[in-house]
Amino acid sequence: MNDRAAAAVAALPSVDARIKIQVRDLHFYYNGFQALKGISMDIPEKQVTAIIGPSGCGKSTLLRVFNRIYAIYPKLEARGEVALDGENILDPGYSMNRLRSKVGMVFQKPVPFPMTIFENVAYGIRHHEKLSKADMGDRVEQALRSAALWDEVKDKLKQNGLGLSGGQQQRLCIARAIALKPDVLLLDEPTSALDPIATSRIEQLVEELKSEFTIVMVTHNMQQAARCSDLTAFLYLGELIEFDGTETIFTKPGKKQTEDYITGRFG
Amino acid sequence: MSANSIYARRRITNVLAMLFSGCATALGLLFLVWILWVTASNGLHSIHLSLFTKITAYADQGGLSNAIVGSLLMDLMAMLMCVPIGVLAGTYLAEYANISKLGASIRFLNDILLSAPSIVLGLFVYVIIVLPMSNLTHGSISFSGFAGSVALALIGLPVIVRTTDEMLQLVPGTLREAALSLGVPQWKLTVQVLMRAASSGILTGVLLALARLAGETAPLLFTAFGNNFMTVHPLDKMASLPAAIYQYTNDPSPALHSIAWAGALLITLFVLALSLLSRLLFSRKKVRYE
Repeated sequence: MNDRAAAAVAALPSVDARIKIQVRDLHFYYNGFQALKGISMDIPEKQVTAIIGPSGCGKSTLLRVFNRIYAIYPKLEARGEVALDGENILDPGYSMNRLRSKVGMVFQKPVPFPMTIFENVAYGIRHHEKLSKADMGDRVEQALRSAALWDEVKDKLKQNGLGLSGGQQQRLCIARAIALKPDVLLLDEPTSALDPIATSRIEQLVEELKSEFTIVMVTHNMQQAARCSDLTAFLYLGELIEFDGTETIFTKPGKKQTEDYITGRFG
Repeated sequence: MSANSIYARRRITNVLAMLFSGCATALGLLFLVWILWVTASNGLHSIHLSLFTKITAYADQGGLSNAIVGSLLMDLMAMLMCVPIGVLAGTYLAEYANISKLGASIRFLNDILLSAPSIVLGLFVYVIIVLPMSNLTHGSISFSGFAGSVALALIGLPVIVRTTDEMLQLVPGTLREAALSLGVPQWKLTVQVLMRAASSGILTGVLLALARLAGETAPLLFTAFGNNFMTVHPLDKMASLPAAIYQYTNDPSPALHSIAWAGALLITLFVLALSLLSRLLFSRKKVRYE
């Protein structure tokens, strides 16, 4: 562990919450290029943790380690330890199926499946559980309600999900992810393709969802991080520069680099 | 040079470029319309009911019914062979071997097959199917509709492989990640999500392959051979529209020429209808991801 990582661990925010994801000395390589350099951080349960930093700093890479979605591409490698509820998910023995049902992900651009609205939500559930028709209906409704989409789509569940507006599509993607009842929800710049109104709906939703889920959100929008998150991690060139309560990061950051980034001097 | 003279020069260049490309387009369209016009004007007056009811054995008193049936049958058999293989191979290329060296080599070979002269494919099928069949059965089965359809399938196969591959690659990568992040396995993702997202494109490729192979003559000459009588048995020598047209245009009789024109018009309309249908499907059912 290098000095900076050690410092980051020492500077862990003092939140009275159980640790959900414990990252220890995480290194990540893209075909030899090192994208993450010894990241260590503790992500608390049922809080919103925002990851900020300039383009290419590794924030999306870090997020994509948490559900090992990077593993679908060849020549990518993560070294170190990422413990979810105390179990190392980087251990090859950790079942991918189990990991993906515990950690849901929402992507930058809304990508509904080419199916009906109902099927979009039911599709993932069906792979993990056998439910009766009535139970499935309830489950889909519940997910759509949690994603604040139910009232807008309840009369057109049989229509194609691609017919919805961008903001609705993104909420459909959130519904699809939370329908599996995951513990953790990863949001990879979930509003960067949306207009301001749709963005504010998603932000509101994030606020509501944190009572049920541990949320980790990558954003390049610092106001968004300030508005939505409880904790903020600042990454720069693959290193975790600072990780603290969001208020602390935005009002009295401990590091010069963090302050420069937040005040817009670079990035 | 002043700003005005730069602007004037750019305008002239622009006008010239537009003029040349416009002329080139017009020239291409001219020939297309000309071909359609010649085919229609020569073929239309020869389209009678007897064309569809009488066989070629009656020559100038006959029609093309056996050739039409033979063509439809061989096209159908060819599609039954090349669609499943082509779609599966294209899926393999796009989803499993996308960035591997093996995938690149297969793509290269497929492109070679795509541009292979169709007469070579006909000869190939003659050597691997017609001759062995003839040897096995002591000459009682040699040329056959089956052999013809294999040759046609070889024409359609690379078209389908290529379009399936390309259409699947157009599906955004995040759709794959989204499905995999739900824990859905690769095969389910491929069949239930990606194939569905690319379905109209794949179907378009299938129709284009049919349009391509329906007009082929050369691969049928040494395989299906031709037949002046009606048959639906796949192991018989079989007539086909393109081969009948070829045969009739080589004949000095003007009556046969006009039947050949009618046959040419039929094929043209069939191919045109397929192209229009594939256009329609692609524009209407296209799944749009930004």
